[in-house]
Amino acid sequence: MSDTNSLLEARGIGKAFLGITALDAVDFTLERGEIHALLGENGAGKSTLIKILTGVYSRDHGTMRLDGAEVTPASVAEAQGLGIGTVYQEVNLLENLTVAENLFLGRQPRRFGLIDRGEMRRRSKALLERYGLDIDVDALLSSYSVAVRQLVAIARAVDLSGKVLVLDEPTASLDAHEVEMLFVVLRRLREEGLGIIIITHFLNQVYAVADRVTVLRNGRLVGTRKLAELPRLELISMMLGRELQHITREHQAQEETIASTAEAPIRFSGYGKRGSVAPFDLDIRPGEVVGVAGLLGSGRTETAFLLFGIDRADSGTATVDNQQVALSSPEAAIANGFGFCPEERKTDGIIGDFSVADNIALAVQARQGWAKPISSREKAALAESFIKSLDIRPADANRQMKFLSGGNQQKAILARWLATGPRLLILDEPTRGIDIGAHAEILKMIEKLCADGMSLVVISSELEELTAIAHRVIVLSDRKHIAELKGDRVTADNIMQAIAAPGHTEAA
Amino acid sequence: MIHTRNLPFVTTLGIFVIAYALCVLQFPNMLSMRVIGNLLTDNAFLGIAAVGMTFVILSGGIDLSIGSVIAFTSVFVAVLVGSLGVHPLIAFAAVLVISTLFGSLMGAMIRYLGIPPFVVTLAGMFLARGAAYLISTESVPISHEMIDTIQGFYFRFPGGGRLTMLAMLMLLVFVVGAFVAARTRFGANVYAIGGSEQSAELMGVPVGSTTVGIYALSGFLSGLAGIAYTLYTSSGYSLATVGVELDAIAAVVIGGTLLTGGVGLVAGTFIGILIQGLIQTYIVFDGTLSSWWTKIVIGILLFVFIVLQRGIIWYSNRRLAESRLKEI
Repeated sequence: MSDTNSLLEARGIGKAFLGITALDAVDFTLERGEIHALLGENGAGKSTLIKILTGVYSRDHGTMRLDGAEVTPASVAEAQGLGIGTVYQEVNLLENLTVAENLFLGRQPRRFGLIDRGEMRRRSKALLERYGLDIDVDALLSSYSVAVRQLVAIARAVDLSGKVLVLDEPTASLDAHEVEMLFVVLRRLREEGLGIIIITHFLNQVYAVADRVTVLRNGRLVGTRKLAELPRLELISMMLGRELQHITREHQAQEETIASTAEAPIRFSGYGKRGSVAPFDLDIRPGEVVGVAGLLGSGRTETAFLLFGIDRADSGTATVDNQQVALSSPEAAIANGFGFCPEERKTDGIIGDFSVADNIALAVQARQGWAKPISSREKAALAESFIKSLDIRPADANRQMKFLSGGNQQKAILARWLATGPRLLILDEPTRGIDIGAHAEILKMIEKLCADGMSLVVISSELEELTAIAHRVIVLSDRKHIAELKGDRVTADNIMQAIAAPGHTEAA
Repeated sequence: MIHTRNLPFVTTLGIFVIAYALCVLQFPNMLSMRVIGNLLTDNAFLGIAAVGMTFVILSGGIDLSIGSVIAFTSVFVAVLVGSLGVHPLIAFAAVLVISTLFGSLMGAMIRYLGIPPFVVTLAGMFLARGAAYLISTESVPISHEMIDTIQGFYFRFPGGGRLTMLAMLMLLVFVVGAFVAARTRFGANVYAIGGSEQSAELMGVPVGSTTVGIYALSGFLSGLAGIAYTLYTSSGYSLATVGVELDAIAAVVIGGTLLTGGVGLVAGTFIGILIQGLIQTYIVFDGTLSSWWTKIVIGILLFVFIVLQRGIIWYSNRRLAESRLKEI
């Protein structure tokens, strides 16, 4: 059954962590001389599969063949020795070493037992020349741009392994020009017969460079397809696991921003940050819920970080009530009446060892300055009122936050911001990881809040949720705001078509 | 052109030259080979230990046991040679084996039990000090033909002053240490682990054996420093060299090695030792200053260097950002 051309063949790969299945009977075949994209949303099992292929994890089930011979790499070093090299997105090379030292770490040329620096320099130069890099190999790696570092990492991996190259999010922090530089190198390596696996969130790049794509969802294989024969919309529905009900081709996804009669009190124009989100315009009116949709890595959370001043914009202006404001820090955003419930509730939102009351009082305290502490009686009264109005259970203001369920923690974070009386509340994935009952309550609460005149920006990967609550939906792709849907147009199908729309493929 | 990563070293060298020039302006006699010879001899044991500390800090760790191991070594050697009449060479070999094993044991605990170096070597510090008390609480004098020969051996500098055996031993340790750091795979692995242990591991660096090797080296050099200290004082005393590990850390940091690991030079530590010796010498020449001024000046220097290192990191980040903007 083994195809003669197959370089790496994995059959029926299964892996469970503590009884929870992460990968279930996944097949994956990499041909010689192909670039194979691996796609899937968060938790699809991409990184588990990659880690099994590169020897970080051991597999529970299945077989793996390299060049027709069965292999079971037990460590990264062993996988490297077999010919499978990996370039990770962040943990990569050592910035405190020179380029040459990075290229030859662990295999330095030696003379009389001592490292031969001259030889190392010559070989590094020769190696990098093949990648079109003419740089000072004795300079520190940290003195070069991310793109150059990425190429150095690839040069090392290919030189070390030489059969399979795995690239985990190689383009996440590169600009368009650098991405093109990288792709030129990848295409050349493909010509040389290397098998390349690339993980990325950028669909444009998948179509630009890859030959085939394998999509995973919830630990299962959805399918492996040739990209030339796979329409973009179909790829997205493979990833999201949602069939399109009515595909109406004549529907144009992009929509002109209709000038509203009411002047928006909160406006962002040309707002953006290089490498994070391309400049966008956003007007937010009182009592409005603005949804933000897009695939993982499309710039959803980055948009929220910009709006709340966690990341500083490097272009554009923010205006509140016709006054230009500088959102240089969350503190400044809070002072302007903004609030933010982050996606990673456990790490970014709650302080688990603090009581519910302390967690609720946090933002109020921050707003009035640390010099004026809130008295414990005020704090108790504050907590009491929100526990009642939001129905936080158990109704015990002194309980430590970590003992509350996810839904109740989320409510407490909401309470924290509501206590400051914000005019704009940004919610990143407000319903992730909470049960269905709490889910409905949170949605109801969102509706009630905007009826009271508050503005909300809701980021969600649940399209049904967005379409249920949002008056308008901003669609993001490849870190750009590509479309805005309003009124009747706010449907799950339209959002998916907007994501798939080829109109924005000429990104930068 | 000076690479940014060598800037701390160059700064240290500059500070040393300027400080020495200022001292000589005030006390012209300080510019003599005699002063330099004494400075090297007086700081020999500290310098030897500081080389080991350099490797530890380069890897991102810390070794607090050094002072105690020196005291243990000196008492152990003094009792073996002075009281029991063992030949010095056998005693030396024995303590070097013990201190090396002690260091590798600490390295293994750090690596395989995942305990922070600070905690492991703190325990090692108490253990070695306690063991020294156990052997003897008194100051044990030693005298042996061979030890007298070693102590009496020196080269005469052209302008007067002596290059003693101890000073030569320290210089040798620095030269070998610098070679190991710069020109061996072990040295490259130390820098790699100091840069990022996780990345180093993913790049195939044998992190386990290297970590054990680093602390074994530090243990060995502490033992050697203990022997040097015994020769220097002709005795062994369990209360001696308290806090020497902190002097060694100070020398390493003043020498331009980043406390977070991954950046630094063995030669920098040598300058760090010279600066400390220079301050002591100045105080002796002045005659009225309290010796605590050594600590005060070292404290100030440490602050200056930590701020300098932050500044360099900030500066190189900014330059990188600027060069990236230019590319576009």
